[in-house]
Amino acid sequence: MILVDSIKTFGEYILLMKRVLSQPERWRVFFRRMLHEMYQLGVNSIPIVLLISFFIGAVICIQLKLNIESPWMPKMVVGYSTREILILEFSSSIMCLILAGKVGSNITSEIGTMRVTQQIDALEIMGVNSANFLILPKITALISMIPMLVIFSIAAGTAGAFAIGKFTGIMTPEDLMVGLQYEFQQWYIWCSIIKSVAFAFIITSVSSFYGYRVSGGSLEVGKASTNAVVSCSALILFADMVLTQLLMQ
Amino acid sequence: MIEISSIYKRFEEQTVLNNVSALFDDGKTNLIIGKSGAGKTVLLKCIVGLLTPEKGKIIYDGRDIVSFNKKEMMLLRREIGMLFQNAALFDSMSVLENVMFPLDMFSDMPYKERVKRAQFCLDRVSMLEAQDKSPDELSGGMQKRAAIARAIALGPKYLFCDEPNSGLDPQTSLKIDELIHDITKEYNITTIVNTHDMNSVMGIGDHILFLADGRLSWEGNKDEILHTDNETLNNFLFSSDLVRKVKEMGNK
Repeated sequence: MILVDSIKTFGEYILLMKRVLSQPERWRVFFRRMLHEMYQLGVNSIPIVLLISFFIGAVICIQLKLNIESPWMPKMVVGYSTREILILEFSSSIMCLILAGKVGSNITSEIGTMRVTQQIDALEIMGVNSANFLILPKITALISMIPMLVIFSIAAGTAGAFAIGKFTGIMTPEDLMVGLQYEFQQWYIWCSIIKSVAFAFIITSVSSFYGYRVSGGSLEVGKASTNAVVSCSALILFADMVLTQLLMQ
Repeated sequence: MIEISSIYKRFEEQTVLNNVSALFDDGKTNLIIGKSGAGKTVLLKCIVGLLTPEKGKIIYDGRDIVSFNKKEMMLLRREIGMLFQNAALFDSMSVLENVMFPLDMFSDMPYKERVKRAQFCLDRVSMLEAQDKSPDELSGGMQKRAAIARAIALGPKYLFCDEPNSGLDPQTSLKIDELIHDITKEYNITTIVNTHDMNSVMGIGDHILFLADGRLSWEGNKDEILHTDNETLNNFLFSSDLVRKVKEMGNK
């Protein structure tokens, strides 16, 4: 029964995406909405991304220093490992898990509320493809903003690690800098961006799907938001596994 | 003109509409009345194409919409204005932007003309002074008026109103009824109003359909309704003390 329900839900998601990924009715209106969503979903997420990334960068640095450094290890290992963790996993996958909570629940509750207050019916009655009108600007907006958020996250995480070296004295900033620059591979940055673009699509499309199919009242909107965040998180982790395997081989 | 012919609609085992036929003329306020659960909203949703009937025809000026594909339906909907029970104004837009929305989407007018047209519609419903407010700053009646302005922005041929007076005081209800009635006459629109407000029935009922248990039980106008011998309709009408007293006074 669960399998049948899952297949049915996946089918509904595909049908919705078919409506979403069509040509917008009016490009002028589409770009206006996309700019609005870029601000709402992207620019408004910058503070939380910077804050969390800074502290996680600092914590990774402390943990590595305390747990893996030994006389047998080169001093730059802490900086090197911190950089690799930040670029390869934290700034794409973990940051997107955080965004799934912030942006995903926001999208589901916004679209769900529009559904229960008949605003989506009003769009349909006017002859507007409501799925395309509401969801496509969100998907394109977050996909276009996510590379910037990834770069900001890497920068803030690195700054957090550097601050630990500079202000706590547990290691010298020079050792950290050597590690941060050691055998840097540009491809890893691209991997992080490619993964985050896929996660951005998952966050926006899955959250919108849960919001779009809400029926009932505010209670159902709340439940849909929770389900959207859970589904987005699970799908991000699954996609992370697949993409890491594909990109890093 | 809209004609519906032998409409059947079922939800699982329950037949909600059973062989409903009617003709809705231009320039008339057509009311669909009936108890809660009688099938009014389902009938209205079938007529506007939000639900598809199992059997029957829905003909808009010679065009049967039941056989329409998605694209044809989308095009037809641009000729439709709809007023929802809770107004359904877009929260993220101001009143003016709400009224401009259909113009932004479907007209090729330059920006200034779109603003002018939206302001004209707002002025028509006496809402021009509230154009910069957001929907949550408006009272229920004002929201309904703004929604009417949005509904007429593109100059629709057909206007549908789902319980336009729900949640409004009698005075505001009267104003909304008058507005719907005046706009219908002014633009010669085919208007269908779904209501169980007896004031609307007596005030603007040019053509009234009474639904009972999914069937068309009675059809007439506001002058005929008080003298009907349809028992189900009489039970529905005179469940209100006020209407019963009006009838008794009329008989005296």
